Amino acid sequence: MTARPPVSGSLRNRLVLTLIGGAAVLTVLLFFTVRNYATQIAQQGQDNILGASAAAILDSASIRDGQIDVDIPYSAFSMLATPSDDCVFYAIYQDDVFLSGYKALVPERGASDRGGVYKTATFEGMEVRLVTVSRTLIGAEQRRQLHVVLAQTQDALSETLDQISRNAALLGVGFFSLAVLLSVWATSTTIGPLKRLADSVTRRGPQDLSPFAKPVPSEMVPLVSSLNSLMGRLDQSLGQSEDFIAEAAHRVRTPLATVRSYAEATLQRVDREENRNAVRSMIRAIDESSRAASQLLDHAMITFRADHLDRQTIDLGELVGELVTRLTPLAEMKDLELNLRAEKGVVCSGDPILIQNAVRNLIDNALKYSPSESSVDIVIAAEPRPHVCISDQGPGFPPDEVGKLAARFARGRNAEGTIGSGLGLTIAEDVATAHGGELTLSNLAGGGACVTLSF
Amino acid sequence: MRNFVLLILALLPLTGLAQPWEDQRVFNPSGTEGPVRILSSTDTTIFAPVLDQFLSRNPTVVIEYLVTGTADIDRRFRADPRAFDVVISSAMDLQLKLANDGLAWQLRNVSHPDWAQWRQSLFAFTSEPATIVINRQAFAGHPIPKSRQDLIQALRARPETFQGRVGTYDVRQSGLGYLFATQDARASETYWRLMEVMGSLDMRLYCCSGDMIDDLADGTIAVAYNVLGSYAEARVEDKDTIEIILPSDFPTTMMRTALVSANAPQPDLATSFVRHLITHRPQAGEDDFMLPALTPHDNGHDRAVIPLEPALLTFLDALKRRKFLAEWEDAVIQP
Ligand SMILES: Nc1ncnc2c1ncn2[C@@H]1O[C@H](COP(=O)(O)OP(=O)(O)OP(=O)(O)O)[C@@H](O)[C@H]1O
Ligand SMILES: [Mg+2]
Repeated sequence: MTARPPVSGSLRNRLVLTLIGGAAVLTVLLFFTVRNYATQIAQQGQDNILGASAAAILDSASIRDGQIDVDIPYSAFSMLATPSDDCVFYAIYQDDVFLSGYKALVPERGASDRGGVYKTATFEGMEVRLVTVSRTLIGAEQRRQLHVVLAQTQDALSETLDQISRNAALLGVGFFSLAVLLSVWATSTTIGPLKRLADSVTRRGPQDLSPFAKPVPSEMVPLVSSLNSLMGRLDQSLGQSEDFIAEAAHRVRTPLATVRSYAEATLQRVDREENRNAVRSMIRAIDESSRAASQLLDHAMITFRADHLDRQTIDLGELVGELVTRLTPLAEMKDLELNLRAEKGVVCSGDPILIQNAVRNLIDNALKYSPSESSVDIVIAAEPRPHVCISDQGPGFPPDEVGKLAARFARGRNAEGTIGSGLGLTIAEDVATAHGGELTLSNLAGGGACVTLSF
Repeated sequence: MRNFVLLILALLPLTGLAQPWEDQRVFNPSGTEGPVRILSSTDTTIFAPVLDQFLSRNPTVVIEYLVTGTADIDRRFRADPRAFDVVISSAMDLQLKLANDGLAWQLRNVSHPDWAQWRQSLFAFTSEPATIVINRQAFAGHPIPKSRQDLIQALRARPETFQGRVGTYDVRQSGLGYLFATQDARASETYWRLMEVMGSLDMRLYCCSGDMIDDLADGTIAVAYNVLGSYAEARVEDKDTIEIILPSDFPTTMMRTALVSANAPQPDLATSFVRHLITHRPQAGEDDFMLPALTPHDNGHDRAVIPLEPALLTFLDALKRRKFLAEWEDAVIQP
């Protein structure tokens, strides 16, 4: 019906993608934060045990008879047992002299009585966590610095870390899926009011230009209020133009009617033949103008209504029947007979005012262009589409002009001497087109015009 | 000439300088695979059924079974880890240190209870309590001691009977003896008092369990302390001459362990042998293998075994060992 406006992206997609992208970034961040934190804690745990064990060894040292004596407590290594059976290495140095343990293990510089030095290193091809602690021993006449280096492989730690990583990954996946669900849900609830507004605009009848009253989210208030003000203005200007058309018709026809009645009266009083002829021409011109005015206004009205088609379900038979009843007196004046043959219950959807106007123009033509004492047949049928067919017994359309007669202001050769504006068929065709149907002109084999208006 | 010198040098460790083996046997010499060189502290006769069973399933494999003392095993293996495929020893601490030092191969996919293996590289396959073994004759007419405390009293009561007739490991030479001694000392002060009493009786010290059990069987000694009961039972033919006592005060139970050398020349055969060893359950009627199998550890009623954990390294520390041996000598060797 209306052209699709150019599309640039989709709010829903943009929102969903932004939210999911955000969730993905957050998930990755969460994963690494949790893992880092847990790694630190786990490493801290191992360091604490290593430190305690090294301190226990250091504590067992004493100077006896001027000799350093280190009596490693059983618990020192016992506390280093791990589920992964990590290897343990140690070395004891007095000043810089190796006393016992693993000679390849060298103490780190910087350990003092106040604290140990921790380090991750490789020992014998294995990654180990290493602590160096030291203590000053004061003997009878000397002070000795004792260093204990203690190292442990990190199998249990890395197993713990693997587990933590797995759990963190699970947590991340859970968080992410939840976030995806949430963002889809959030998006559809956010987009919802917009979609509902669009639906309610689409659902409205063509005449419904009332403002939207349902509450909308505050962000949509500017849109809805400008929509409302647009519709208000539209409603106003539509009303104005309808009024204007009616007003114009009235303003033109009333003075013309007055002029005509004066002319008629004058005709009664004038005796001279040439004067009478002049007045007759005047009356004729007035009729032409009056006809043209009313057809123009009808045409304008039809153009206007066709833009805002007010579809209703119509019983064609009833509608046309009513019209025929109204036109019968006019036909009798010309000694013409109107025969209506309508199938029962031929229904179509359309604007009754427009359809009536079209059919009236067609019957009008039949009355106008066929000789008196003939009959006009009006047939209504449902197959193949609902249609009204009007045929007369007149001369029919001039065959060479048939194609052009529906054009605006087009009149046929046979219309000379008949009052008309050339808009009747135009109106009928416009109405047919507005309803998605068509108007067909043809001549009957036995003479006479046949016009079919189908929907 | 130079080649000749090199050859001599290469052969030296195999011949001249090396001590002779306690026992050295080749099983299935006609086989085509191997040989798998097993360094073990367990007597060949006791271990042969396991080897035979393995060979009956793997008939192409040649096994060279080399027996020596626990301390010697450690020395020899450390000196040349490439020369041996499997190390089996009762000295849990020395074995654990081998594994700790990266000399043992980590076996994948071996399902063995956690408490009976360490680092997937050291696998326990027996649990054997240290016992007091006595010669019944020496206790004829006297109550049989049930605990270390009882033994101290019995020894004190009849010093003339036991003078020179008590024995235990020389912990300076025997790895297993040192393990038992240190674990005993850790458990209770009683150990030191027993050592003092035994020392005062001019105790005999043995490098290896075999000699000690033989002396006990023929009556040379009346009491052997910290001997593996199962081992004694397996070795002594006339079971009535001896009695094996599980001391009721506190248990010291050792697990015999096996490992595959990280530098094994036959790693695949060695691995399948160790797998066989730890999954081997004596079939009904097949009680040839006389070492007691592992007992379910987790029910609290069983005698606790020495746990396989890094704490075993403690008494292997040079300073600690020096100190312990000094104390031990003080107690045992009396002027
Ligand atoms: N029933 C008919 N028989 C013969 N000719 C017809 C018939 N109906 C229409 N025509 C021809 O078609 C022309 C166009 O008809 P149309 O109804 O559009 O104009 P009109 O009748 O001349 O003027 P008006 O606007 O007043 O109806 C007519 O001038 C006439 O020549
Ligand atoms: Mg007409």
